[in-house]
Amino acid sequence: MFPAPIQDASAPKRYAYYAAIVIALICWLLPLLAVMLTSLRSLEDFNVGNYWGLPKEWKFSNYAEVFQQTPMVRYMLNTVIITLPAVAGAIALATLAGFALAKYRFRGNLLLFCMFVGGNFVPFQILMVPVRNMAVRMGLYDTYWALIFFHLAFQTGFCALFMRNFISTLPDALMESARVEGANEFRIFWSIILPLMRPALAALAVLIFTFIWNDYFWALVMVQSDAVKPVTTGLSALRGEWVASWQLISAGSIIAALPPVAIFFILQRQFISGLTLGAVK
Amino acid sequence: MNAPQQSVSLQPEVALRATPKRRGMSILLVPWIFLAPAVIVFGVYVVIPIFQSFWLSLFDWDGLSPTKKFIGLSNYVALFQDDQFWTSLKNNVYWIVLFLLGPVLGLTIAILLNQNVRGMRIVKSLFFFPFVLSGVVVGLVFSWFYEPSHGLLNTILGIFGLPSISPLSDEHLVTPSIIAAGLWPQIAYCMILYLTGLTAVDPEQIEAARIDGARGLKLLWHVIIPQLRPATFIAVVVTIIGALRSFDLVQVMTDGGPFGSSSILAYFMFQQSITNFRMGYGAAIAVVLFLIMSVFIAFFLRHMIRNERR
Repeated sequence: MFPAPIQDASAPKRYAYYAAIVIALICWLLPLLAVMLTSLRSLEDFNVGNYWGLPKEWKFSNYAEVFQQTPMVRYMLNTVIITLPAVAGAIALATLAGFALAKYRFRGNLLLFCMFVGGNFVPFQILMVPVRNMAVRMGLYDTYWALIFFHLAFQTGFCALFMRNFISTLPDALMESARVEGANEFRIFWSIILPLMRPALAALAVLIFTFIWNDYFWALVMVQSDAVKPVTTGLSALRGEWVASWQLISAGSIIAALPPVAIFFILQRQFISGLTLGAVK
Repeated sequence: MNAPQQSVSLQPEVALRATPKRRGMSILLVPWIFLAPAVIVFGVYVVIPIFQSFWLSLFDWDGLSPTKKFIGLSNYVALFQDDQFWTSLKNNVYWIVLFLLGPVLGLTIAILLNQNVRGMRIVKSLFFFPFVLSGVVVGLVFSWFYEPSHGLLNTILGIFGLPSISPLSDEHLVTPSIIAAGLWPQIAYCMILYLTGLTAVDPEQIEAARIDGARGLKLLWHVIIPQLRPATFIAVVVTIIGALRSFDLVQVMTDGGPFGSSSILAYFMFQQSITNFRMGYGAAIAVVLFLIMSVFIAFFLRHMIRNERR
């Protein structure tokens, strides 16, 4: 193991190590701790110049204020409405495609695989004008569908990479024996491959849920009205209205960040395994 | 591609022995049926738009009027004479160079945290989780941190008796300050790649090197880092691509300001197309950005294909 296990070090070294970790962690999270502290501060504190001392009163009502006075709930709901179908759709299409890429030899296999992987890396700007025009022409501009369709299609590339790599690790013997017993290819996919994919599906779902949840660029380009705006552009618009009310901006930021953060902490294992199996963002 | 290499092979040993006739459908068609939906949507939303953007960059178009005016390469000529383009391009270079601190610091933190100590799991998660925050949230968090009159950064500088700075309104500080914010999640991501890589380092080699007297940095440089090459490759390529793709932070923190000094190509393109209604010009910017990125994308794909063949 590298570095040498700290348990073998002398006691002073060990304590120095623990102290270093704690200090590093505090420095690392400092900007975030600042936002958390500010989100609980009252306007009075600001007026008397108490920016970084302990708040005179812990004002949890800042959060209530964000929910009551802004369309934050609507924004969050919009994000959910956009994210869930896009995640489900991308994973479904990519599972099918990943299976074909992993288990069949045919002309163009590698080329298609490169298309999915390479496409996943292109700058959004090269897609922006045509994709936006397409949405306008189809009457989808400023609707959920504009974002659902785009995210579904774009994430299919990443998911196909992931699924293909995962399915490649499944032994071919499984398919062989099913073939010998006369199962057709679709049946093999449905009753042999798919049941083995549960861990991969979970990992991938968690991962792209956060990717889509956090999208800002496409939300900016494709939707305008509060009724469909997701939480990222919503928060950014609120910031304009709040001007310098940092206690509200802070509370709003934390609310907007909470769902993906919570999902990450709850489903950490899936998240990390998804990230390292895909190894790209 | 860290983990998957274990058993990714390009020759899936599928024996296509089954007689096509008995199945009523050629087995050659089967993979295409599985692929069709994904290929169609990806084609419509990703592949075709790339070509359309190239085409569109030859036109003068405001995005509204029904007719587009063909102007050949004029958009590109104008682009190369546009100061804002060069500023953005220069900033893109800064982004790439400074972003490469991501893998370095990611490795440093990974080494610091690669211990089996009680509570280490939660420490690792706390280091990692900025990666799950959206660009908007990271942008707002750092905007408050950098706030000139009462932000935490200046408060801390004040404690040490240093003069206040206003990172986001000083044209020399603005780009590095935004990059620092961007590095926060990027370091976290590289850290995870390296933590995974470190678990795969061959313990016997480490032992052998230790017996030979290698310690600390020497051991790291000669034994560990060479074994971390796959992780380093991914970390570097993804970091460069990430640097070129960043948009959110610039948009949220400065809108490209002050006076366009923190603009990058991704933002410049957005601004020209959406704010100034110059869709053809915007497409030309996007094409330039795309061409720069395709170098790295090609590099990545070549590496991936080679790995597969092995």
